[in-house]
Amino acid sequence: MNLTSESRSWLPAVLALIAAATALPARGGAAAPSVDEIVQKAELAAYYQGDNGRARVKMTITDAQDRTRNREFIILRRDVKDGEDQKFYVYFEEPADVRKMVYMVWKHTTRDDDRWLYLPALDLVKRIAASDKRTSFAGSHFLYEDVSGRSIADDTHELTETTDTHYVLKNTPKDPKSVEFASYTIWIDKKTFMPTKAEYVDDAGKKHRVVEALEIKEIQGFPTVVKSRVQDLKSGGNTVSEFSEIRYNIDLPDSVFTERYLRRAPRRYLR
Amino acid sequence: MVCLALVGAARGEEPAAESGPSLKKILEKLPFGLHGFVEARAGSRLQKDPAISETASIAETRLQLEASKLLDLAEVRVKGDIVYDAVEEEAKGELRSAFVLLTPFEIADVKIGRQVLTWGTGDLLFINDLFPKDWKSFFIGRDDEYLKAPSDAVRISYFHPVVNVDFVYTPRFRADTYIDGDRLSYWSDALGRRVGEGNKVRASEPDDWIGDDEIALRLHRNLRGTELALYGYHGYWRTPAGMNPRNGRATFPDLSVLGASARGAVGKGIGNIEAGYYHSRDDSDGDNPFVRNSELRILVGYEQEIARNLTAGVQYYVEWMMDYGGYRRMLPAGVRARDEFRHLVTLRLTKLLMSQNLKLSFFAYYSPSDDDAYLRPKIHYKIDDHWAAEIGGNIFLGARDHTFFGMFERDTNAYAAVRYSF
Repeated sequence: MNLTSESRSWLPAVLALIAAATALPARGGAAAPSVDEIVQKAELAAYYQGDNGRARVKMTITDAQDRTRNREFIILRRDVKDGEDQKFYVYFEEPADVRKMVYMVWKHTTRDDDRWLYLPALDLVKRIAASDKRTSFAGSHFLYEDVSGRSIADDTHELTETTDTHYVLKNTPKDPKSVEFASYTIWIDKKTFMPTKAEYVDDAGKKHRVVEALEIKEIQGFPTVVKSRVQDLKSGGNTVSEFSEIRYNIDLPDSVFTERYLRRAPRRYLR
Repeated sequence: MVCLALVGAARGEEPAAESGPSLKKILEKLPFGLHGFVEARAGSRLQKDPAISETASIAETRLQLEASKLLDLAEVRVKGDIVYDAVEEEAKGELRSAFVLLTPFEIADVKIGRQVLTWGTGDLLFINDLFPKDWKSFFIGRDDEYLKAPSDAVRISYFHPVVNVDFVYTPRFRADTYIDGDRLSYWSDALGRRVGEGNKVRASEPDDWIGDDEIALRLHRNLRGTELALYGYHGYWRTPAGMNPRNGRATFPDLSVLGASARGAVGKGIGNIEAGYYHSRDDSDGDNPFVRNSELRILVGYEQEIARNLTAGVQYYVEWMMDYGGYRRMLPAGVRARDEFRHLVTLRLTKLLMSQNLKLSFFAYYSPSDDDAYLRPKIHYKIDDHWAAEIGGNIFLGARDHTFFGMFERDTNAYAAVRYSF
């Protein structure tokens, strides 16, 4: 499938051998990584930094008429295994009608995610039956899959270009009926393996959606997106997400991702 | 009238953001979180009900305020409503929550005070959730929040990897807010017809502190995504289920319930099953005509996303009366008999549109054995981050006048509401 990458891979390997033979220090990218390696490293950089993480997220949703809505929540993440299962706990603060609601996800890579929603006014722990990951997250232009991560195995990946700073990959869905795009191109930073931009193309070949990292900072040694934006080119709206109060590798036990903490907000992590 | 005034104010206040930030700044200066909403809600019957004089089913303005403080060792929350009810022509206050939530040990949480409690897996069907409910609010179109009434109780939760335990002690029984002829008409066995204000239910409620207490227990565990639970309850029937033959007053006989449930991913959706055995302690043989018989309740449900942003859920529920022979034998003359098996199916459809700002929902109960139904359509629109509007209906249909939903046929109503949240 990945003929393009295969045909190019021997040249960097030869260069690497020469470099090694002449004892020149070989930087991480001297031997160009394979597409699979790039994609795996990018997934880890984007979704699995550290063993766990915490962030405050402010989303500003702007529609085609320039009217705005705000979403503010705190997200806790715990990796069960790098590249595989994760758990998320999302505590909503704004807007007023969703305040103190909690959305909890046990992400699985081999089957549908388990999702719960806690409604504080009713003390109700609801189980969400939703297998579609391409639906809006909290009414924004970010999709559920943008937040939780799209499985590498769902697309075939092709390295179409390598610039000075980025690997450019074209990704085609294996099950085109399950998604609203025909393919997407992703720019991955060569140094950090952080995806910095993704452009989605529809069946007519037209670019209809752009997801980009507007600002990346290093926090606790991890390159972290602190500002990102999704633009819906079809409807003319966009959502900007700002991340703050970011902390990695905090003392976040697995027990936080249980019913106990749906009914009782885990104070330590929310302040 | 009030509803229109509020909508007018909304339009005049454009952009709503003008009042938002300044109110927000004031609220942020407080040492505790203060939030709430102001709402106007109005509704009307869709048919004339000879038993009730009012055409308006609901007409109220409500202010809800919630103050909360999150401390290291505890959380304190107080939530109350001030309502002006134009139907009853009175203003009243309701305290919905007033509790302290402590974590005395790593493995235990204790919640003391007035609180809303919910457990169980049913969707608007309750088997092991024996916490107070307000059926009046539910039938006249108040917000979904008001179906659950608060309990004055202590909830002690113990957490352990093997099994979690919830123990709820309510020192004084609080019955459901049931349909008693006030605002909504109901079927009277004694009079053999629908009645309303002129014949309100007179009941003797157990109301001693400690003497008339309730205990609820739940053991639960999440086994790799499947939620399992065992339940127990020791208290009273929550709606009038008996009668005192000496004074004709309705009573709330003793009740104990033992139940179990399981909920988890099934195929592409979520499946759940729940059962509960209702042991009517004052009538264990089933031959006391003045006390409701014991019964077995079983529920099976399934919910799945059937299209983008469209979710459908179905449930099958059955109430199986125990000692049916004894019930029929002792049934007083002229009283319409209930079936041994009451079957019920429900359907819920929810569609989200316009970036999840418009929600269309439809919930229906249908009883093939009673031949009656209760439909709850609703449209909810989030105008912006503060304003929301909704319209909906409570439609009762029944082939006969005395069945559970059929009796409320004349109470069919539609309502609309506007809410500003802060």
